[in-house]
Amino acid sequence: MSASLETTEARAKAVERPPDSALRRFFDVNRAAVGTLVVFGVMIAIFMAASPTVFLHWPIYDSVLVTLPVALYLVVPLVFVVTVGEIDLSFPATMGFSAWIFALFVHFGLGPFLGIVAALATGMALGACVGALVVTAGLSSLVATLGMNFMLRGFIMIVTQGKSIALLELQDTTAGALFSGQVYNLPVQIFWALGFVVFASLLFNRHKFGARVRAVGDNPDSAGQMGVNVARVRIWTFVFMGLGAALAGVFSTMVNYTWWPTTGDGYLLPAIASVFVGGTPTWGGVGTIAGGAIGALTVSFIQSGIVAAGLSGFYVQFFNGLIIILSLLGHRWNQKRYR
Amino acid sequence: MPERLIELKNIAKTYGRVFAVGGVNFHIDRGEVVGLLGDNGAGKSTLIKMLAGAIHPTSGEILVRGKRETHWNAERSRNAGIETVFQDRALCVQQTITRNIFLGRELTRTLGFLDRKRERAEAERLMREIGFTSKVFTPDSIVGQLSGGERQGVALARAIYNNADLIVMDEPTTALSLTETEKVFRFVRAVRAGGRSVLFIGHNIHHVFDIAERFVVMDRGRVALQATKEEVGSAGRLIAYMERLAHPQGIEIPPSPGHRPEAAA
Repeated sequence: MSASLETTEARAKAVERPPDSALRRFFDVNRAAVGTLVVFGVMIAIFMAASPTVFLHWPIYDSVLVTLPVALYLVVPLVFVVTVGEIDLSFPATMGFSAWIFALFVHFGLGPFLGIVAALATGMALGACVGALVVTAGLSSLVATLGMNFMLRGFIMIVTQGKSIALLELQDTTAGALFSGQVYNLPVQIFWALGFVVFASLLFNRHKFGARVRAVGDNPDSAGQMGVNVARVRIWTFVFMGLGAALAGVFSTMVNYTWWPTTGDGYLLPAIASVFVGGTPTWGGVGTIAGGAIGALTVSFIQSGIVAAGLSGFYVQFFNGLIIILSLLGHRWNQKRYR
Repeated sequence: MPERLIELKNIAKTYGRVFAVGGVNFHIDRGEVVGLLGDNGAGKSTLIKMLAGAIHPTSGEILVRGKRETHWNAERSRNAGIETVFQDRALCVQQTITRNIFLGRELTRTLGFLDRKRERAEAERLMREIGFTSKVFTPDSIVGQLSGGERQGVALARAIYNNADLIVMDEPTTALSLTETEKVFRFVRAVRAGGRSVLFIGHNIHHVFDIAERFVVMDRGRVALQATKEEVGSAGRLIAYMERLAHPQGIEIPPSPGHRPEAAA
């Protein structure tokens, strides 16, 4: 009896005990996000050394703060989708479609606020459709969402015949100031986006929904046997993705007060890359919102940083890839996997 | 007459034309330990999964405390006071012990936000109650780090949290060490002493005979025998019965190649 207890203790010593100090526990729980932050810091340091004139002055940061919010609305919900064990490739088209609805509302004089509500409802409805295809119809999320992306984009192109919609009337309105103005000399979008990140982080880490998203991604059979409605959780993550895509669409349209039928194109791969650069693993069950946000920051900086540093645009792809590979290697070494 | 806790009436589960469970009548009273026995493929796991609401019966009725249940599912089963410790333990191994204990039954404050303080305190209490002797593990430990016996402990802790009336255990002692098995037995006796019921599924007939007071033997999707401990008498008789069930003609032991009849004489 005592012998067996001793072996348990000996084995237990080989296992890590969660640290007692609050600070160390914080680092332990957020190791992926902290790792991402380190990668980001190193990258910025290299940029500063390589091109001090650009990176020691404010304008580059200002331009990133305009493009970053749109990416955040996409990356953060995508962390939920990846954590629940699925993938969504349809969000660029959902983003364009919701922004289209917003543009049409404004264009026909129904006002920007009603337009935002309509856009968000559209995004959530499209997310529910994607969710129904994946969960109810049982299609692979990789293929079904790819199909949805093509189909929705094609639909937009057919109906609009590729024509954009100018919303210049929004300039100098309350909505324009609220969603595309300046606060303390900073782009106002970043405050909305940070608010969204904080909200999503609470939802993911401190809310029943986030707990169930992680449980379903970890082991759907176990979660189902314990009374979690697995299908409902999965569908809601797609709905949340649709909501994020709609927000991204509205905010990106507000930057230049123009909706293009291609709105959202070009966000697919950077957003997905940001999720994984941020330290969310591909296998589901665990994820990090903060890491995803820092990942989005990293990817945004590669894009604007390379060009601003005077290198040609050809370098962007190369460095994008380099950072992704290095980040994944870092996370591989940094994270523990349990199966 | 003790209260009839659960009653299954003519429960059947078919997959296409194959039936896994075909018309089973079965009940559990308050405060009894029932042993469910049967060979592999006899339908034990299918039966308890229907009881747990994890799969839907093709036909038949489920009555809880005499009331007929409709739209039976895992959530309703748990709300009705049935906790199941599944054979694979139904754990999410990348999550903490706390998250696993409150899986599907999170303690929340306003607007669905988790009451993490209360969850952690309750998890700590349950871990002590279930006998986590090692101080190494806290409620924040990841289940993937635990040994098989300790994982079983997490599953048991989850099952006792809600003071369930019936705890169903699907092969709880399989792949456990002797001391860990003894822990499971102590657990079953403690539950029984608290006036609650246990449905104990096992392959080791000696284990089941020791712990249960009534036996249900299943064979090819049907109930072959229901008997109390007195009626059965001994584990040996139970084993003999089950052997006859598996091999009605008796087992012919083939002679070994080197066997010579004259040597035996």
